[in-house]
Amino acid sequence: MSAPAPQDQLYAAREPVFPRRVKGKFRNLKWVIMLITLGIYYLAPWIRWDRGPELPDQAILVDLAHRRFFFFWIEIWPHEFYFVAGLLIMAGLGLFLFTSAMGRVWCGYTCPQTVWTDLFILVERWVEGDRNARVRLWKSKWDGRKVRLRLTKWAAWVLIALATGGAWVFYFTDAPTLAVDLVTGNAHPIAYTTMLILTATTFFFGGIAREQVCIYACPWPRIQAAMMDEDTLTIGYRDWRGEPRGKLKKAEPGVQQGDCIDCMACVNVCPMGIDIRNGQQMECITCGLCIDACDDVMAKIGKSRGLIDYLALNDEPRERAGAQPRPVWKHIFRPRTILYTALWSIVGFGLVFALFIRPDIEMTVSPIRNPTFITLSDGTIRNVYDVRLRNKHGSQELFGLALDADTNLQLSVEGVDGSLVPVPADSMEIIRVYVQAGPDSAAATADRTDFTFWVTDLSTNERASVDTIFNGKETN
Amino acid sequence: MSKHDDKKEVETTGHSWDGIEEYNNPLPRWWVWVFYATIVWGIGYTIAYPAWPGLRSATAGILGFSTRAQVQEQIDAVDAANAAMVSELENVDLATLADHPELNGFAENMGAAVFRANCVQCHGSGAAGAKGYPNLLDDDWIWGGRIEEIAFTVTNGIRNEQSMDTRGYGGVMPSFDGVLSHEEITNVASYVQLLAGEATDEAAAAEGEELFLNNCASCHGEEGQGSLATTREFEDPEYVTASDEMTGAPRLNDKVWLYGGDLATLEETILNGRGGVMPAWLEDYRPANGLTQAEVNAVAAYVHQLGGGQ
Ligand code: SF4
Ligand code: SF4
Repeated sequence: MSAPAPQDQLYAAREPVFPRRVKGKFRNLKWVIMLITLGIYYLAPWIRWDRGPELPDQAILVDLAHRRFFFFWIEIWPHEFYFVAGLLIMAGLGLFLFTSAMGRVWCGYTCPQTVWTDLFILVERWVEGDRNARVRLWKSKWDGRKVRLRLTKWAAWVLIALATGGAWVFYFTDAPTLAVDLVTGNAHPIAYTTMLILTATTFFFGGIAREQVCIYACPWPRIQAAMMDEDTLTIGYRDWRGEPRGKLKKAEPGVQQGDCIDCMACVNVCPMGIDIRNGQQMECITCGLCIDACDDVMAKIGKSRGLIDYLALNDEPRERAGAQPRPVWKHIFRPRTILYTALWSIVGFGLVFALFIRPDIEMTVSPIRNPTFITLSDGTIRNVYDVRLRNKHGSQELFGLALDADTNLQLSVEGVDGSLVPVPADSMEIIRVYVQAGPDSAAATADRTDFTFWVTDLSTNERASVDTIFNGKETN
Repeated sequence: MSKHDDKKEVETTGHSWDGIEEYNNPLPRWWVWVFYATIVWGIGYTIAYPAWPGLRSATAGILGFSTRAQVQEQIDAVDAANAAMVSELENVDLATLADHPELNGFAENMGAAVFRANCVQCHGSGAAGAKGYPNLLDDDWIWGGRIEEIAFTVTNGIRNEQSMDTRGYGGVMPSFDGVLSHEEITNVASYVQLLAGEATDEAAAAEGEELFLNNCASCHGEEGQGSLATTREFEDPEYVTASDEMTGAPRLNDKVWLYGGDLATLEETILNGRGGVMPAWLEDYRPANGLTQAEVNAVAAYVHQLGGGQ
């Protein structure tokens, strides 16, 4: 161990980052993605979807009270949670795929933290001006103007944050109803609390914490290092082309100077506050803004673009030697990404397949094994089963229960004459079913008999079955 | 994090893996303050809430927080919410309980809880009983399976000394030791097996018939139909809440046995007699830990539906 660090080394104040405005193709891409993602987020709960009289008319709805998830024509019940698990696996594999192909593109373009931070910085720039003005304001004393600007900015942030927290709760209940309730003060306290918490966290993470979340709180930067290799396209600085850097004007005759004119444009636009010319860094979210900035500079000084660019480490020796880098598709299509794509597709096709083959009626049978059997006066042996009937249709259905014939078992349903059970729309009915074997019949005297429960939806003739066991009287 | 100006070189810790050196960068200041804040929060928390263990109990905390009190509050709230139902249940005419689905459902759930707390020790958690303890799931009832009869049995118990009702108190099965010879006992037991329709020694059973009619039929009925069937069929089919005239003599001509239907068990029963006791459960007879009238009604409703109702 080295000697303890001096006191002033123990911690360091955050150095505020004032990203400068930039124009270019990556910036435009980011604007478009921001528009699409935020648009989806804010508008999705308002899409209507007619599901008939007894079900909610919201296209995307997480109905926690009834434990249903509605997504357009798809309806997920709690026991079908494997769909959600599958989607999470696909999300994970997708992240691996994109990271191994193009580094932290998720972080740079679509991560909510990045998108909202971008939005907050946009507002900040409208209110307080671009980088230089903001730096000046930061350093200036608290006077009327600074207070006014800060309050305006914070007010705008709070509004955005509130809209963010507000949109979230609409996913969990009928949006138009909730909107009215929220305004008239009749909504459930949980709705207000959720909004309050999300407003506060959005304001804090998007407005105050910003890049600190990506660097210190998010685990992905650490994981991504394992997902990337030399073929990964990531943001890099072509130092063999840029160095030795130097101011354009100061170039001395006879000294061979690189393309980098040390204008700091790439550093000033970086939302993470790093200097990409120091090489690949964990903090870089590969947002490409420094590419836009530098390309702009290169255009002005009449050099070709791409001093900073998406590039792969294993192209470096080739480029140093003056050759062209390998084409982009060669970096993207390689065994590793193809494997990820294959796995991703397998899970995806599996889910779609499962979606199409899953039945609209379902049954589970839980034998009651306390006691395993009951002897009735005339020697009949009775077994008891709890049967759950699930009706995923939007209308009440009559379910007919039956046993397969060859076992000579009789079935009766508690509280119901006969074996027809009405099950309300989109719900589950638990019924108690008695199965009896006549005195001295084969099933009554056998240790156990396998048999099958059948259920038929009388209106659609859909059938489902469950295999189970009948316990007879043990004969010693 | 790399500096904008790289003038200030950060020292390394001296650690190195695979040529990668570890910088000794200072922590972010806010991070350190959050760390301190968690410490302050932790100290405050242990003062506000019960935390530090002592020999017998823990510090109480200045907020007066107690999980037990919270649970009690929740129990009280549930009790308060159920109070109306419970008082309705207390006064309900059990014969008409089935006409009130909501009250009936409440009674069955409440009865299930009462059963699990009080009855499972003898009748088993699944109510299947055990040797000498009746199975409550079948269709054979010694003291009547109508809901009022069940409530009556729970209220007064069987052959117990606490309740004022002495139903069945004299109705113990006597010992035939010395009354019948060993061979005669075997013959009667065989005849009882014959009555129940089980395989037996036909010759012995034929010998036992006369003995059965002379010694057993007065309680168990000439066909072994049991005292319940006798009272119901020969007196008043609608008659309910049987009391003293019932002796609780089980039906013998069926497949359900209280103590067992094999020859050895039947011989033992005849030789030594039987007299199972069930305590009275109404709190009037059981001041310390009896059931309220509402609880008796509830557990009667629960037991009544166990076998599908009678
Ligand atoms: S270095 Fe460039 S790509 Fe990386 S975060 Fe900064 S601006 Fe974005
Ligand atoms: S923007 Fe380009 S030219 Fe300017 S400092 Fe960065 S790399 Fe050098």
